[in-house]
Amino acid sequence: MTAWARRNPKAAFGLLVLLGYGLLALIGPLVIPLGRLPDYDQRFLPASFSHPLGTDYAGRDVWAQLVHGSRDIIAIAFSCGLFAVVLAFLIGVGGALIGGVVDSALTLLTDVFLTVPTFPVLAILSALFRIDHPVKFGFLLALLSWAGLARALRAQTQSLQNREFVEIARLLCLGPVHILTREIFPSLVPFLSLNFIMIARNAITASVGIMLLGLVPLRAENWGMMLNLAAFQSGAIFLPQGMLYLAAPLGAIVLFQYALILFAGGIEEWFDPRLRS
Amino acid sequence: MKKKLLVALLTVWAAMTFTFLLLRMMPGDGLHDLSESIQRAQGVSYEQARIMAKTLINYDPDQPVLKQYLIYVGGLLHGNLGMSLTYRIPVTTIVLSALPWTLFIASLSTCCSFLLGTTLGLWAASRRNSLLDPLLTFYSTLSQAVPDFLLGVILLAVFGVHLQWLPLRGAYGPEVDPGFSLAFLGQLVSHALLPVAAFSLPAAGGWALNARASATSTLGEDYVKVARAKGLKPWRITRDYLGKNAILPLLPGLATTLGGLVGGAMMIETLFGYPGLGYFLALAIGTRDYTLMQGLFLLSTVAIVVGNLAAESLARRLDPRIAK
Repeated sequence: MTAWARRNPKAAFGLLVLLGYGLLALIGPLVIPLGRLPDYDQRFLPASFSHPLGTDYAGRDVWAQLVHGSRDIIAIAFSCGLFAVVLAFLIGVGGALIGGVVDSALTLLTDVFLTVPTFPVLAILSALFRIDHPVKFGFLLALLSWAGLARALRAQTQSLQNREFVEIARLLCLGPVHILTREIFPSLVPFLSLNFIMIARNAITASVGIMLLGLVPLRAENWGMMLNLAAFQSGAIFLPQGMLYLAAPLGAIVLFQYALILFAGGIEEWFDPRLRS
Repeated sequence: MKKKLLVALLTVWAAMTFTFLLLRMMPGDGLHDLSESIQRAQGVSYEQARIMAKTLINYDPDQPVLKQYLIYVGGLLHGNLGMSLTYRIPVTTIVLSALPWTLFIASLSTCCSFLLGTTLGLWAASRRNSLLDPLLTFYSTLSQAVPDFLLGVILLAVFGVHLQWLPLRGAYGPEVDPGFSLAFLGQLVSHALLPVAAFSLPAAGGWALNARASATSTLGEDYVKVARAKGLKPWRITRDYLGKNAILPLLPGLATTLGGLVGGAMMIETLFGYPGLGYFLALAIGTRDYTLMQGLFLLSTVAIVVGNLAAESLARRLDPRIAK
């Protein structure tokens, strides 16, 4: 682990930041109280000891909101990644193993989902169905983000099926369940984990976009909602004092995504020694 | 190509079915409101107004479902996108007024990001051991972490609000009339600058990586070695030997990007109040204007499908090996 970190300082930095976010989401809300009551005498205060990131348009502490909102964003990213990987696995690997008409139908379905403009569909669906929970939101996002991975998994499975170790398992009559779980699945784990991260990262972007448009009314502490309030609703963007309120969720989102990308790069290298320079 | 065409047709059909389902989910008062307003405006009976309203929104909830669907798809194929429920004008009118704006900034953004990205990528590939290489890697990683609309928020706050260098909203200011005047052209450029920058700067990162990878693989080719052996100047090798061959495989991607931008410019256009397709789509979703929503959504899908098909046929034209 330390050798990996030394060879790969960027990925180690990414991992460290991710752990920090995880800790923040896990412990933060228990330690830092969230004052929901507005106090208009305290609005748009600059950063200080009692308000590390200042206050918002209603005099509430920005840092506390950021801490309490971290759970939502992680829940959205994680649930979307998980659902999408499972869906892609079932459709991509399933299609390749079953073959025939089922495979052709699933391939067509995948291609259609790859072409349909995802963001508008997402915006329409999230506005029409009341999305009131981050995991629900993650599930909806997953319905629209499995296709790319499914296509790649299908191709990989097809090439794996012709490899010697799978042929031997087949000759030994080990059965489709054994072949799937013991022979094919382990070879796909690196690819799956890498794509889990990438899908989770895209889910953050998409969910923040939808919330910035004001189409999903989640809690005001959600980072996307904070941005929506700062940029469109409270007029904070027009005040020099409001910049901190705008910059806080923005910075938090960008740093989180940056850490995910760096970490993904490290994972790729960990599994694929050819990438090590 | 046949398979691509099949996928394209299937996608458009899926989008039509999706919008039909949307219309079916529409709460009943959409049709009722429209009928009442026609009744008031034209002084006809409610029944007559309701019949007119059904034609106007290209959807008839009183028929059996299958017939509704057939009428709906038939209407779409005849170009009947229905009437906007909030604006009370045909959706096609709104679409036609919005389309030029989206095409304008989408094509401008595609060109800018492509030129910027490929230039950076080629430059980095031709100087592989300089500082430029890690800088480019950093830039493209960062550009992935900052989605275009977040960059838009930053640009808006910095250049629009605080420095007040550039206008905040719209496609041109209220003080000029549209026409071929210098003042109007200036307004067009100044209003397009921020949205185009928000689109292009992150997208350039991706183009740069692709161009660098493509150019690096070209570096080992014999004709590049020959050029170097002939003693040609490095910039000529980069431009004429590396550039042409490295950029060729990237060109089809332009069509895909353009199609994607026409279909997916919702965030940026809303952020900058730019009156294109995405702006109206976000507006339609926000106000539950089902007919406007379906028209714009179908158009977005068609734009993406056409972009993909154009990319495919361009790739075949440029590289006959793909067709085999």
